[in-house]
Amino acid sequence: MAFTFAAFCYMLALLLTAALIFFAIWHIIAFDELKTDYKNPIDQCNTLNPLVLPEYLIHFFFCVMFLCAAEWLTLVLNLPLLAYHVWRYTSRPVMSCPGLYDPTTIMNADILAYCQKEGWCKLAFYLLSFFYYLYGYTAFSAICLTLKIMQYLENIHTF
Amino acid sequence: MSTAGFNSQNGTGTGQTYTNGPSQNPVALQQPPGVGYGMNHQPAYNPMQTKVLGPPSPALYASGPYQPVPPGPQLGSYPPPPAQPLLTRPPIGVLPSHTPPQSASPGPGPRQAQATPPAQATPPPPAVTSTSYYTGPPAWQYAAPRGPAPNHVNPAAAAPPHMSHGSAQPPGPGAPPTSIHGYPQPGTAPPPMNPPPPHTYQPNRPAYGPPPTAPPAGPPGATGTPPPPKVDAQSWGAASSARPPTEPDTQEGDVECPGDVAGNGPQAPNSYNHVDNRMAGAAQPGPPGRHLGHYPSLPPGYQNTLAPPPSSLHPALQAATQPYIQGPQPYQQQPGGPGPDQLSPSMAAMSLQSGTPEALRVVNLLQERNLLPPAPVPAPTPCLTQDLQKLNCSPEVFRCTLTSIPQTQSLLNKAKLPLGLLLHPFKDLSLPVVTSSTIVRCRSCRTYINPFVSFLDQRRWKCNLCYRVNDVPEEFMYNPVSRSYGEPHKRPEVQNATIEFIAPSEYMLRPPQPAVYLFVLDVSHNAVETGYLSVFCQSLLDNINALPGDSRTKVGFITFDSTIHFYNLQEGLSQPQMLIVSDIEDIFLPTPDSLLVNLNECKELVQDLLKSLPNLFEKTMETQSALGSALQAAFKLLSPTGGRMSVFQTQLPNLGVGALQSREDPNQRASAKDVQHLSPATDFYKKLALDCSGQQVAVDLFLLSAQYCDLASLGCISRFSAGSVYYYPSYHHQHNPAQVERFQRDLKRYLTRKIGFEAVMRIRCTKGLSIHTFHGNFFVRSTDLLSLPNVNPDAGFAVQMSIEENLDDMQVVSFQAALLYTSSKGERRIRVHTMCLPVVSSLSDVFAGADVQAVTGLLACMAVDRSVTSSLSDARDAMTNAAIDSLSSYRQSALTIQQPGLLAPACLRLFPLYILALLKQKAFRTGTSTRLDERVFAMYQLKYQPLAFAMLMIHPALYRLDDLSDEGALNINERTIPQPRVLQLSVEKLSREGAFLMDAGLVMYLWIGRNCHQNFLSQVLGVSSYAAVPEKLCLLPELDTAESQRTRALVSWLRDQRPFFPSLHIIRDESQLKPHFMQNMIEDRTESALSYYEFLLHLQQQISK
Repeated sequence: MAFTFAAFCYMLALLLTAALIFFAIWHIIAFDELKTDYKNPIDQCNTLNPLVLPEYLIHFFFCVMFLCAAEWLTLVLNLPLLAYHVWRYTSRPVMSCPGLYDPTTIMNADILAYCQKEGWCKLAFYLLSFFYYLYGYTAFSAICLTLKIMQYLENIHTF
Repeated sequence: MSTAGFNSQNGTGTGQTYTNGPSQNPVALQQPPGVGYGMNHQPAYNPMQTKVLGPPSPALYASGPYQPVPPGPQLGSYPPPPAQPLLTRPPIGVLPSHTPPQSASPGPGPRQAQATPPAQATPPPPAVTSTSYYTGPPAWQYAAPRGPAPNHVNPAAAAPPHMSHGSAQPPGPGAPPTSIHGYPQPGTAPPPMNPPPPHTYQPNRPAYGPPPTAPPAGPPGATGTPPPPKVDAQSWGAASSARPPTEPDTQEGDVECPGDVAGNGPQAPNSYNHVDNRMAGAAQPGPPGRHLGHYPSLPPGYQNTLAPPPSSLHPALQAATQPYIQGPQPYQQQPGGPGPDQLSPSMAAMSLQSGTPEALRVVNLLQERNLLPPAPVPAPTPCLTQDLQKLNCSPEVFRCTLTSIPQTQSLLNKAKLPLGLLLHPFKDLSLPVVTSSTIVRCRSCRTYINPFVSFLDQRRWKCNLCYRVNDVPEEFMYNPVSRSYGEPHKRPEVQNATIEFIAPSEYMLRPPQPAVYLFVLDVSHNAVETGYLSVFCQSLLDNINALPGDSRTKVGFITFDSTIHFYNLQEGLSQPQMLIVSDIEDIFLPTPDSLLVNLNECKELVQDLLKSLPNLFEKTMETQSALGSALQAAFKLLSPTGGRMSVFQTQLPNLGVGALQSREDPNQRASAKDVQHLSPATDFYKKLALDCSGQQVAVDLFLLSAQYCDLASLGCISRFSAGSVYYYPSYHHQHNPAQVERFQRDLKRYLTRKIGFEAVMRIRCTKGLSIHTFHGNFFVRSTDLLSLPNVNPDAGFAVQMSIEENLDDMQVVSFQAALLYTSSKGERRIRVHTMCLPVVSSLSDVFAGADVQAVTGLLACMAVDRSVTSSLSDARDAMTNAAIDSLSSYRQSALTIQQPGLLAPACLRLFPLYILALLKQKAFRTGTSTRLDERVFAMYQLKYQPLAFAMLMIHPALYRLDDLSDEGALNINERTIPQPRVLQLSVEKLSREGAFLMDAGLVMYLWIGRNCHQNFLSQVLGVSSYAAVPEKLCLLPELDTAESQRTRALVSWLRDQRPFFPSLHIIRDESQLKPHFMQNMIEDRTESALSYYEFLLHLQQQISK
């Protein structure tokens, strides 16, 4: 059954990564709006901050799933991002609410550029991993299917 | 006990302790203090018990915890009231701050004398007396109604010190060889001096035009000669004869559809009054012809070219500058520009000092010891054509770290110098004010029309920031100054780089708010101990008529300890009523509409309250402080209107929201490698500040405390709401008279200075440049917009810039700071400053234009950020690296001839010294015991103070006082102010026979040598011998001797130049303060820090690596 659990993990990761891609796009758009003066930094931080932890938790969640499924390669590929998330959240400014972004420093050009770059990098990472999970899912499904077919054929042979 | 007034409402603690919930206690005005306000009977504050009561208006006071104060059981223990409920606190209360007693101040005499003549007492002069509108009329407007009230700044003295010594720095290429310096020669024995080798800069600097044919400006041997005052004075104001700047590409430009020519005819209201900056006297008698529709034939600001007042230009200088008519003309920018023969003497002198060889003269820092100019370092002048430079913004308002902007970011990166602006936008100055129904702005980038735009023809102008071609509105064609039609380039908007517009209604989101002042006072036991309350109340009483505002001005008061006390001052009450809210978790306003009252209508009540307030809490035993809740209450009170909240706090807030813990370990102060806790402990104050900012409320924090108060956290409340922070460590009304005097003077300035409400400031710059980071107190609302709920004339800002696109085809770039604010008179105004700078393409030109003070100021701001976000040691390293990188880049790229030694261009020769000074500054120093609050306060000051004052805090000025003479003295308002040399900050400059004054910005030390001349001791200090100098002496006695007068004139002149009041400490060798004095000896070695020479060796080692 291990095969099917791994396949399930990949399928789940596939769906969740799709969600993460939307998070990343939202992130990029939000910072672009900030840069072009369309939005007030306070409002923007208030909309962005609640999304930070869910994103990190989703990623953490399927990392744990891969751990359980003993998908070591996939896990190793995800570990850097996981570590980055942990570092990023522990080094956040002093805040009483969850989140990362501080409206008083967000307009600093360095931080703004960093956040934008972070958004693009994450988008790229999630896109790549999306296809990787898709591949993993189909591969495992195919293996499962083949096995099942073989089993079926064996069953036929035994007859 | 006369507790009747309370008993009738509250009972006496028998059974009926609580009456109806929101009833109000009359504040016992003529009653003994402390009657009903004993803070030590806790039962009264139990919210639960109040449930028994039936509040008369439950809707409002639903939660019920708000209650009157019952007189407690210990009431009887209070001593009987004094017969006269007067302001006690004898040492402070007796002196009203506007009339210092004869002995209280080093110079009331001269001060009064100086205040009376020109400005305050008499109707303002017609503003034509000065060459420059930066120098003329009084600096502080609000003192005006008080008659001859002493001001901090002498109006006439305000400007000269920084500009007056324009060419007094070591004279140009012919600097004397410096073989007398005390430095050992480095190994290779380089030539003892570096004459200006023309070949080092000449080949690659063709843009500066012909080299000077005349000897350098400034009298040779500048030390002994009088500093030439106001060399560049003409260039700021005198512009009437200047032709409008026209860019070389005037012929190009697309054709605009003429559709939007404004429909307003020339008859639209269109007035131009020159000096209207004096808010206190709106109806001032101006010169004739200053009224609407009636224009003077020449605006006063322009008449000065015709007749420069002789007083402002030193005759010697005039003579000295005469020969330099043939001076070099920098940047032959426009083909039809004025030839060299048209250059004014002052311009020639200026370009000599900044753009030409002098700035690039190679200095071997290891050899030249005496680098410090004898007078304050002047701001370099950009290499612009005379026309543009004449129109350019004053360096006191607008200063750039690089007066020659590099063409590309890579060139900037190569120079390793920070690019940024230092602004003092709301500085007290008198400037032209324009009333116009349409304010002409660029249609695409919204830039205000300014002197640096180009007119393609009479009908079109080209924006100098985005290069869009705009139409000139019909109304703009009429020139109110000359009353002529068809000369848009002669309009005041196009003739002044600093101008103020009265904004029409489209610049208002809501009707202009009234001036609203709310005072939030700490009245806990600790606060009462310090005795600040009586000083505050007395200051406010004295200045209550001078508060800026109009008939709508409102004031309110909140006091707090573990509870919040409101004061009902509604008209019609016989005496103020105190309302106490003890539910600090869920704060509410007991009577929202009667807590902020109109000052004019309720002045008696306010005065009654101020008279009784110090006594009211005299016996309080409450030690806790619920600052957070008090701030929330104050925010609620102010949020409908916006306004200014002044918070006085004396201890760490330890109750309710925003409570803080002590984070400082005194034992670690000196030993710790890195300083912790520079960032806030909680974001409560920051969030509240952002809320305040959104509602146009600014919070000014006065911290008077001996213990740790966590300024790093508390300061956020001011920092993000554009307030200011004042810190009086170890304030005590008896033990620390110096701080008391400082507090008094600062309060007076604070209460009476100009103020702008609901302000925003936008900084625009030429396409290609972009803003990187802002420094100062504000909230950044978008990439180029600062939200400033209040703006005050003492706030400085810094902006880091970056170059995003190459500035290849540009010869000049411009920066414009536009400050939109509501004046205290309810007028919406826009103050616009525009600065124009040349673009250069070679590295040596970039170095030649470096403004070392501005660079230092900006680096300090950046280092403050770095120490908060990263660590202090990181910031220190970054500063050292800044010096190493820029000097090594200069050596590698800009210098063609390699010489041994540590080489720097002359304009950057003070850079290593300033960096070392920063490393030893209170904000960044390590190894010495520095209290965390003082460190954080020093950081705030570096970011908040305008450059001129920040520089004093970084690198103090040292003067020798015992041999003051009138030689070279300034003469201001018939007062002679001696101008001693600025000495290097080294003990070797001290001598036991002398007396030395160190001016470190916020504090001055007068050090008396052990063998000081008997003459000085008796004539200035009034003591017989050195041993008789008292241990704690904070003021100079007023003696009727020439020496005493000179000394006091100098000290009070130095004080008058700045908006805060530096306290003076007279110290001997044995004094406790001597270490503080010695710590400022920057060039000397201390236990933990390098000496200047060691630092230079360190730099050289790093550079040659």
